[in-house]
Amino acid sequence: MIPELGQFALILAFCLALVQAVLPIAGAAVGKREWMALARPAAAGQFVFVAIAFGVLVYAFLSDDFSVLFVAQHSNTALPTFYKFAATWGGHEGSLLFWITVLAIWTVAVVAGSRSQPQEFSSRVLGVLGIVSAGIMAFALFASNPFTRLSPTPFNGADLNPLLQDPGMVIHPPSLYGGYVGMAVPFAFAVAALLTGRLDKNWARWTRPWTVLAWVWLTCGITLGSGWAYYELGWGGWWAWDPVENSSFMPWLMATALLHSLAVTERRGIFKSWTVLLAIAGFSLSLLGTFLTRSPVLVSVHAFASDPARGMFILGLLGFFSGGGLLLYALRASKLEAEGGFKLLSRETFLLANNILLVIAALVVLWGTLTPVFVDALAHKKVSVGTPWFDLYFLLPTLPLALFLGAGMHSTWKITAGAPLVQRLMWPAALAVAAGIAIPVMLFDKTSLLTIVAAAIGLWVCATALLEPVSRLVRRHAAPLTRAQLGMYLAHLGVGVFILGVTFVSAYTVEKDVALRPGDRAEIGGYEVLLRDVRPVTGPNYTAQEGEFELRRNGRLVTVMKSQQRLYPVQQTELTEAAIDTRIGRDVIIALSKDLGAGAWAVRIHVKPGIRFLWLGSLLMALGGLLAVTDRRYRQPVRASSVVEATAKPAATGT
Amino acid sequence: MWKFAIPLVLLVAIGVFFYRGLSLDPSDVPSALLGRPIPEFSLPSLTDPDRSVGSQDLKGKVVLLNAWGTWCIECRHEHAFLLQLARAGVPIYGFNLRDDRASALDWLATLGNPYVASAFDADATGALDWGITAAPETFLIGRDGKVLFKHISPMTAAVWQRDFVPILQRECASTDCPFLAAAGGL
Amino acid sequence: MTPRRQRMLLIGFALAGMAVAVTFMVRAFNENLLYFFSPSQVAAGEAPSRVFRLGGLVIEHSFKQEPGSLTVHFVLSDLVHEIPVTYTGVLPDLFREGQGIVARGALDASGTFVAEEVLAKHDEKYMPPEVADALAKARETVAE
Repeated sequence: MIPELGQFALILAFCLALVQAVLPIAGAAVGKREWMALARPAAAGQFVFVAIAFGVLVYAFLSDDFSVLFVAQHSNTALPTFYKFAATWGGHEGSLLFWITVLAIWTVAVVAGSRSQPQEFSSRVLGVLGIVSAGIMAFALFASNPFTRLSPTPFNGADLNPLLQDPGMVIHPPSLYGGYVGMAVPFAFAVAALLTGRLDKNWARWTRPWTVLAWVWLTCGITLGSGWAYYELGWGGWWAWDPVENSSFMPWLMATALLHSLAVTERRGIFKSWTVLLAIAGFSLSLLGTFLTRSPVLVSVHAFASDPARGMFILGLLGFFSGGGLLLYALRASKLEAEGGFKLLSRETFLLANNILLVIAALVVLWGTLTPVFVDALAHKKVSVGTPWFDLYFLLPTLPLALFLGAGMHSTWKITAGAPLVQRLMWPAALAVAAGIAIPVMLFDKTSLLTIVAAAIGLWVCATALLEPVSRLVRRHAAPLTRAQLGMYLAHLGVGVFILGVTFVSAYTVEKDVALRPGDRAEIGGYEVLLRDVRPVTGPNYTAQEGEFELRRNGRLVTVMKSQQRLYPVQQTELTEAAIDTRIGRDVIIALSKDLGAGAWAVRIHVKPGIRFLWLGSLLMALGGLLAVTDRRYRQPVRASSVVEATAKPAATGT
Repeated sequence: MWKFAIPLVLLVAIGVFFYRGLSLDPSDVPSALLGRPIPEFSLPSLTDPDRSVGSQDLKGKVVLLNAWGTWCIECRHEHAFLLQLARAGVPIYGFNLRDDRASALDWLATLGNPYVASAFDADATGALDWGITAAPETFLIGRDGKVLFKHISPMTAAVWQRDFVPILQRECASTDCPFLAAAGGL
Repeated sequence: MTPRRQRMLLIGFALAGMAVAVTFMVRAFNENLLYFFSPSQVAAGEAPSRVFRLGGLVIEHSFKQEPGSLTVHFVLSDLVHEIPVTYTGVLPDLFREGQGIVARGALDASGTFVAEEVLAKHDEKYMPPEVADALAKARETVAE
């Protein structure tokens, strides 16, 4: 009975979403206030019913209701409660309902945050969000219903895929979805602006915090995904240029370009076309990413062929939103007029370069990701793109970007004086080059030109990001930085730290597969690993062999590490649970694998210098974004009862 | 003015390209066994280990062969419909994959047994010959022992009507399928 | 020269540079494409001399572990042809006999595939799409 209630709630939510989608936009077009006013209550009502539907599915999991097909496919009575909750998004149908829930949450947030906006505008924003909601709900109701019943009811379920039974995997999808879905908000703002026929500095000011917030979620989601892969898969890999990973990275690149482009539009009233197109591209790639990660539809052509209804629906949705957005752009873009110009050496030029280079980077990733799909579809040949290609050609636009980044932070709007800029940046540049050569050579035995260049660029970004905050700290009479400015410097510092992390991990990682008997040792990367012994252990829904290892350096014991080779009986899956010793400078991973016979065990050992910097950098980026979003000026209500553009308060150079 | 339409035109071009490429290719054969004689095999029967079930039992009449296992949730999904077909007289043979004999027998006892007989293929070596890559899969086999159709994923009334019944009507032009009258409308 | 002219020139240079970069990129891309071959294709001599991907079913009872060492031997098949494979290293968790797997490596002089990497990322009940495809194609060829 209760699952049917969930389905009914979803249907009601769908109806409300339709109301939210159609009437406010129609009302704005013909000037009917009553219709426009429906946007907020419809959105709120939609949220309530979506929450009910989601709650019902969670209840079905927690109460072990295996009469629901989705629950039977992804849960088991022996599954720990925490994972029963997370199993809600552990499969296609449930994760789609989760997507809908997250969108409903973003929608009510927009309802609350848009009170100061003119009604013709906010009703259109909510209307577009309603169209997105209705579209995805239609997909869920007609092609991916999570509430389908299973009869006769099995005694127990198939269990959640053991790979997903990990805390990281539990927070990674919600965070990623927060970002994916969040990209619908700037998209809605962009479409609403096109519909209104007006896109000005005020518009940019409204859109920017939402974009940054979605970007923060996306950053966290991707970082968590990378961390999860590293911990759970035990192979020490943090990024494989996998189509699924790429499909979450491309929207991130677009979102990064978008939030920078919005800064220009807000400040100077230019780059309007860029901003609109980036918003449309960001959301389109985000939709593409959602579906690529949740169903193999586009990755495998044959999966598409075996379930054409679902595949067509997805492609239809994608085409509708991106095509609709671009059509609107084609019709209305002539109204987007640039409100100023700028000189060659200026902040605008740096940000233009930023936009261009980020788009190129995204195109590189897109090319590498989609080519196998096309080759398969047209030539029926199976190919995959090697990591070295991605690594090199992704660096081509991004290394120059990092160089520009350092200088761009210290440039001024409209025109920048060359000589003072060079003088200011001379010391950070010198420091970066010197340290970039010194550090690899001193800490490690070998180095390469690429490593030095990359390290120098990473240090350059860190130094230029710290320049302003540190100098203000030292000059006690200087004006304090606003949160937005501080956030910007922090986020860019994060970029620099990230580049350093990637450089050292890529250049100096050491890996070894060894066969060890209890008592044997292996030497790797300056460390010594000794296997003490291997013992059987039992867990809640698995049995395992646990190996105990000693990690030594120069003869002294660093730590004792335990790794397990687990067997999950229900799914009959074997899984390695790796041991990871973390220090700020490096990680050591020991992964116990199969029994090799003759008392020996397969063991994989990695030493990874600098890997923590990678994630620390991402964290700093996200924190910087959060800091910027909480800046005072976004929390000030703006009286914009008339549609005349309000002049923004001139801020000091910085944002 | 028209330069604003460039992004849209590009997207449409990509879309057309994509759609063309991903359209169902009619020459794509879902099973290389279609139209070919079934593989020869002989496996112990699930219910009676002393007896065997093999290709001999499948020839000479129109039958269904259904690959299943107790570990396969989708198989449970289609089980009710298989029982309906069996009750209407459709002869269905089972191919029990990678299973534990006791659990499989328990399943049939609890949920009902739609199979005339089930082959017990504990390590799925027999399945390899059939090109069975997963469960559930259902084969339609003709009088002459040739594979007429293969369906992957659960058997439902919709699949039965859309894919199996038309082929059956052609194949059973002679009065070889006593079940067609009762089962054809399911 | 007006600033606009200056900018156009700069953009022009940038585009030219990009065109050159794209050319190199596409060339490197083609060299980095890893092609997939089935055992039948390898048996027919279609496989290249450099690194490629080989996929198939691990034949039951073909798996041999050299006791106490990381080296394993097994046979990959598409039900028509078989290729012996050798791998030294830790096998992925999902590797088992009767499953479809993909291995990356090259053929040695004796016709054995020496694998550098073994991939078994998929749900153990299902097969990598490339392998299922290869199986179907192999059957087709034999039937002809």
